[in-house]
Amino acid sequence: MTLLISVLEQGMIYAIMALGIYITYKILDFPDLTVDGSFPMGAAIAAVLISKDFNPVLTLPICFLAGAVVGTLTGLIHVKLKVRDLLSGIIMMTALYTVNLRIAGRANLPIYNKVTIFENSLVKSVPEAILPFKNVVVILIITFACKYILDWYLETKAGMLLRAVGDNDKIITSLSVDKGKVKIIGLAIANGLVSLSGCIFAQEQRFFDVSMGTGTMVIGLASVIIGTSLFRKVTFLRVTTSVVVGSVIYKACVALAINLGFASTDLKFITAALFLIILVLGMERKRKVNIHA
Amino acid sequence: MLEMKHIYKYYNPGTVNEMCLFQDLNLTVEDGEFVAIVGSNGSGKTSLLNLICGSIPVDSGSITISGENITGQKEYRRMSKIGRVFQNPAMGTCPSMTILENLALADNKGKRYGLGLGVQKKREEHYKEMLRPLNLGLEDKLHVKVGALSGGQRQAMSLFMSTMTPIDFLILDEHTAALDPKTADINMRLTDQLVREKKLTSMMVTHNLRYAIEYGTRILMMHQGKIILDKKGDEKKAMKVDDVLDLFNEISIECGN
Repeated sequence: MTLLISVLEQGMIYAIMALGIYITYKILDFPDLTVDGSFPMGAAIAAVLISKDFNPVLTLPICFLAGAVVGTLTGLIHVKLKVRDLLSGIIMMTALYTVNLRIAGRANLPIYNKVTIFENSLVKSVPEAILPFKNVVVILIITFACKYILDWYLETKAGMLLRAVGDNDKIITSLSVDKGKVKIIGLAIANGLVSLSGCIFAQEQRFFDVSMGTGTMVIGLASVIIGTSLFRKVTFLRVTTSVVVGSVIYKACVALAINLGFASTDLKFITAALFLIILVLGMERKRKVNIHA
Repeated sequence: MLEMKHIYKYYNPGTVNEMCLFQDLNLTVEDGEFVAIVGSNGSGKTSLLNLICGSIPVDSGSITISGENITGQKEYRRMSKIGRVFQNPAMGTCPSMTILENLALADNKGKRYGLGLGVQKKREEHYKEMLRPLNLGLEDKLHVKVGALSGGQRQAMSLFMSTMTPIDFLILDEHTAALDPKTADINMRLTDQLVREKKLTSMMVTHNLRYAIEYGTRILMMHQGKIILDKKGDEKKAMKVDDVLDLFNEISIECGN
């Protein structure tokens, strides 16, 4: 039971990050490695603020904004300085490693016995029976709020431009809109979500570690690919919902692997292997479809 | 009115591959003209359109539309007054979005793309009315993704999308070249109809000499960056496909083709 809850908790936290990756990878068609830096940046900012007894709820918008700034910078490097997409992300990711160390002051910052978003007065007033689930409930609320806001945004005019730019950027120019600007906005929102996810992750784990961002991109991509390929035929589910579910499934797979006796030091290897399997399985399906078509 | 004055354009300047495409090119297109441009590959037809749209910069010279100098303007800014349809039907539409969403996007051109709802229900009927005369069945497929449509259907969509909002200028870049003859005819007739209805000033590059003769009010033939034939009005009406073809063969022989 505790395992199930922890899978759900972490899966839902990573789901916010996966929503960000969904924007860059699926919508913008931009492999954005900035996330490996913006995820721990959210965690670092949260850890520092929480350790100074800052209002935990306010850490959420602050981290989102910080992530958005970082995403904007990646976008500016790509659009204005004309650096290739992958390289722009790598440059930002590398720079952020130092920035994160500067923010936190050191490589590892625990925040035990501090007030986080999971311990405010509203949460304390819930009945005894659902107390073990309080973290899950808080995370569920935040994740689904993000999902619904994103769903709404993608239906607006600005959101439709965002969807169009990854699809066919010529048409953005034809519509007399600066395609660079649209890409930058997309990257800002995506990294805002990733940083927000890091912020919540640090509060749930009660520490910040400078290396916690390694593999963020891979985890997010795996979640997006699991979600979108598993539920491809399920038309009543929105893609964003599939991504959230994909993230939980991915965490469950990792938890299963650990339960089978792998050490937690093997985690990154498991992550990589799982990602490879998912990628290849996803391709296999596509090929079969082509043959039958 | 479009005016191009003393246009110079070099490709690969400063290298052994340096090539001068345009040398002191001058061209004026009056309001309401429908110009068909023909010429062999590499004669500068598409480059001419790219210069007007700002996809490539001029080396020197000036381009003005309705008196406004747009020579240094960014491509996306110029497009507020220009509609463009490309040779590749995939370029004018977004494949992963529905017909309705595509039309809604184009419908908003020139306005702000803000946080209002992208697709307006009340416009749906208007779109259906617009698509119905085409007889392509698109009006019943508003919620189908454009990626599932055929090239001809997509090109018809591109045509509608680029002319939905008021524009000064329509640029057609071999927009029927990727279509089968029958679909090309349908799209060409649709083009002519839209140009007449909306009184658009248009420039059309085509390899189809019949279209160049049958449609439009003026014909240009380009060769090695120069305009070697320019007929309009009654002179153009009197021209036949064979006349153009003869001239075409003449210049091709000169080149040694």
